[in-house]
Amino acid sequence: MDKRLASPSRRLFLQTSAAVGGGLLLSFNLPAAGRAAEAAAPSRLNAFVRIARDGTVTIAAKRAEIGQGMKTTLPMLIAEELDVDWAQVRIEQAPVDNAVYGDQWAGGSMSTPQEWEPTRRVGAVARALLIAAAAQRWGLPAAGLVTEPGVVIDPAGKRRLAYGELVEAAAKLPVPDPQALTLKDPARYRIIGKAHPQSDNPAIVTGQPLYGLDVRLPGMLYATFLKAPVFGARVDRVDLAPALAVKGVRAAFVVEGGTALDGLLPGVAVVADSWWTARKGRQALEVVWTDHPASGQSSVAMAARAAELARQAPQRVMRQEGNVETALAGAAKVVEAAYHYPFLAHATLEPQNCTAAWKDGKVEIWAPAQDPEEGRGLVARTLGVAPGDVTIHLTRSGGGFGRRLMNDYMVEAAWIARQAGAPTQLIWSREDDTRHDFYRPAGWHNLTAGLDAQGALVAWRSHAVSFGEGDKFVRAAEVDASQFPARAVANHLQTVSTLPLAVPTGWLRAPGNNAFGWVFQSFIDELAHASGQDPVAFRRRLLGEPRALGKPGGWDNLDTGRMRGVLDRAAEMAGWGRAVAKGTGLGIAAHFSHLGYVAVVIEASVGDDGTPVVHKAWAAVDVGRQILNPSGAEQQVQGSVLDAIGSTLRQKITLENGAVVEGNFGDYPLLRFAEAPPVEVAFVLSDHPPTGLGEPAYPPTPPALCNALFAATGKRIRTLPIGDQLA
Amino acid sequence: MAFTLTINGQSRNVEVEGDTPLLWVLRDALNMVGTKFGCGAAQCGACTVHLDGVPVRACVTPVRRVGTKAVTTIEGVGSDPVGARVQEAWKTIDVPQCGYCQAGQIMAATALLTAKPRPTDADIDAAMNGNLCRCATYNRIRSAIKAASGQEV
Repeated sequence: MDKRLASPSRRLFLQTSAAVGGGLLLSFNLPAAGRAAEAAAPSRLNAFVRIARDGTVTIAAKRAEIGQGMKTTLPMLIAEELDVDWAQVRIEQAPVDNAVYGDQWAGGSMSTPQEWEPTRRVGAVARALLIAAAAQRWGLPAAGLVTEPGVVIDPAGKRRLAYGELVEAAAKLPVPDPQALTLKDPARYRIIGKAHPQSDNPAIVTGQPLYGLDVRLPGMLYATFLKAPVFGARVDRVDLAPALAVKGVRAAFVVEGGTALDGLLPGVAVVADSWWTARKGRQALEVVWTDHPASGQSSVAMAARAAELARQAPQRVMRQEGNVETALAGAAKVVEAAYHYPFLAHATLEPQNCTAAWKDGKVEIWAPAQDPEEGRGLVARTLGVAPGDVTIHLTRSGGGFGRRLMNDYMVEAAWIARQAGAPTQLIWSREDDTRHDFYRPAGWHNLTAGLDAQGALVAWRSHAVSFGEGDKFVRAAEVDASQFPARAVANHLQTVSTLPLAVPTGWLRAPGNNAFGWVFQSFIDELAHASGQDPVAFRRRLLGEPRALGKPGGWDNLDTGRMRGVLDRAAEMAGWGRAVAKGTGLGIAAHFSHLGYVAVVIEASVGDDGTPVVHKAWAAVDVGRQILNPSGAEQQVQGSVLDAIGSTLRQKITLENGAVVEGNFGDYPLLRFAEAPPVEVAFVLSDHPPTGLGEPAYPPTPPALCNALFAATGKRIRTLPIGDQLA
Repeated sequence: MAFTLTINGQSRNVEVEGDTPLLWVLRDALNMVGTKFGCGAAQCGACTVHLDGVPVRACVTPVRRVGTKAVTTIEGVGSDPVGARVQEAWKTIDVPQCGYCQAGQIMAATALLTAKPRPTDADIDAAMNGNLCRCATYNRIRSAIKAASGQEV
């Protein structure tokens, strides 16, 4: 994530040009490293803002839309500073071109912190140009002119010019320095901070084409791609004739592929005139796969090896403060626990898919993707074409959750379409999707803590067993040693040992945090109970005086005051301390991640059959001083909380003989309607720049749920998912 | 084989194998892409359409079983007053996150409100439990169903 954090500091470049058909084109140019020269060529530019003579404003949404609402929210920022009526705004997905638009990926809850400042300045520049054009027309200094939505008004308030009347003149004016412009006083916001439904809602509710799977091209064929159950195994032999014999199958071929688990893997493609036909062709195939060393991998063997490592001296020290051994030796009470969480899949409801069409050695791609620019590179490298010969159109994504930060399906579609010789839409089955994901890595944490006679936490020792080799972790298996209570307890030791892994892993909503939050906030709850303290009071004591624990702006800069703020608010919302029915419990947890602070309280009980029942969840959230779109913001929090409840209750990915066992929603169950509790959300405003919401409400939820179940039953959940442990 | 289907009030001819699920007939033969593919196994409800007003999973409904039953899809449900009310509630309450499951949710909700104009929470639970939303928009789906049925949200 470091590379991602570096990008907001890029300089702004702005240019205008006359739009086709009249209107103002305002380009907001953030050249990516190494592409500045290309970006400077006017032919490479595209517009952020286009204003037609009738006053209609078209705003380009630069980031990938995966359900996080940025296709609506970022244009809101531009519209606010441009000062237009939201009803006059049309939104278009921007072309994929980082040289013109800057970062376009969606992930890490980074769109808000990265875009908050520069995107508002795009609108401010456009407004300044329109004011300058009016000033010129009236022969007045620009400084005295004001705007109301869509119009410039003279100082006397008598003359008015609509933006549509000014655009042509404005487009010819020199572009002001965006940094020199004064942004709007938030007290005057008309758009930011007001709830705005997603701009795509009318198309969504009427079934209009929006998603990757909805792409239709003339002469388009449909493909399936059968890969080995063991990641990376190659095709040893296959008779393609049975697939080719299926009526409607147009092609079947072996794709050699490579060995990189995040690249083009080996497999057999079947291409047909419908996906159902392609699937039939695939089912007719009997593929013999080569033996692969990874076929020995299993969840059971990994757990056994992790248990061995836990008994041995840790391989590496990640963070050390004070002297944890001395402190433990002198502690009045020592508590030990071992926690384990499983591999998880992303299970986006729209299965991975991509459409590709080749012409004259160039490829055009339509993809639901979170990091399309990375996909362009992968396609170019794998297929031996120049990146400039790969055009990518971003479709709306039917869910992301980090899955579509990887572009394996994109390179597969590009390869298959080239060999098929026709525009081709590759669609993964649900089983393909579950068995060829980039999984949230499993992990094991072995914790020991010491409490003094007054119940204060004096020592915290954590030995994590994760995946990697030597100094390197596999993707998304990094052990973040800054996680609370690091730096809040005097004697702290975080160590790690690693297991090798030949399974693709990746970022799932709140990477790292989604597991660490559960482990550490569960164990803190154990410590509160072990020392006879109220879990909220214990946490308040641990947080101590308001202070920052890291460097300003840093990913690890936990502010204990902000954490205390959400903790107290969530406790208040839920009526912490109130009497509850026997067999019902309240649990709390608070976590900092992705620059946001979230505390969650859950009320839960256990049914007669041992099934946990979640009655209600309360979430208090501090993501700074301004909620950009309250409707979308509440959605992200509710969605994160319910997503986490679903995974905590029942989800796990199991490896046997090197392959994933689970396949469809029957054995990889998502939370269902009737078991979803109401989630009440409150935002605690604090005087900090706004930050993102796609992720930070996830990590505190699993521990809040398990802590609630402990309060209800006295049984501590130390292995996820909960499954039937309470039966 | 040739089939004549009645879809959203229109007669449509298709030439497909009889075992082809209605989902793929709609999507690939007729380019009606509003009905979504999620699981292929009647486990998620993303492909929900109506046959004579009854919600069914198009991914496991072979086209030869459709016969003369009227097929209603998300593209056509708005011409029904209940469907139109549901769509309107979905927009104003801002139900979608990624939106991919919402066609199926709207079809399920419309069938519910047609059968029970003022459903209880238990009715809503029962009718909507087969439709997964990976983004978990469930709180707002409940609100939108109540709003569309004129009940307090």
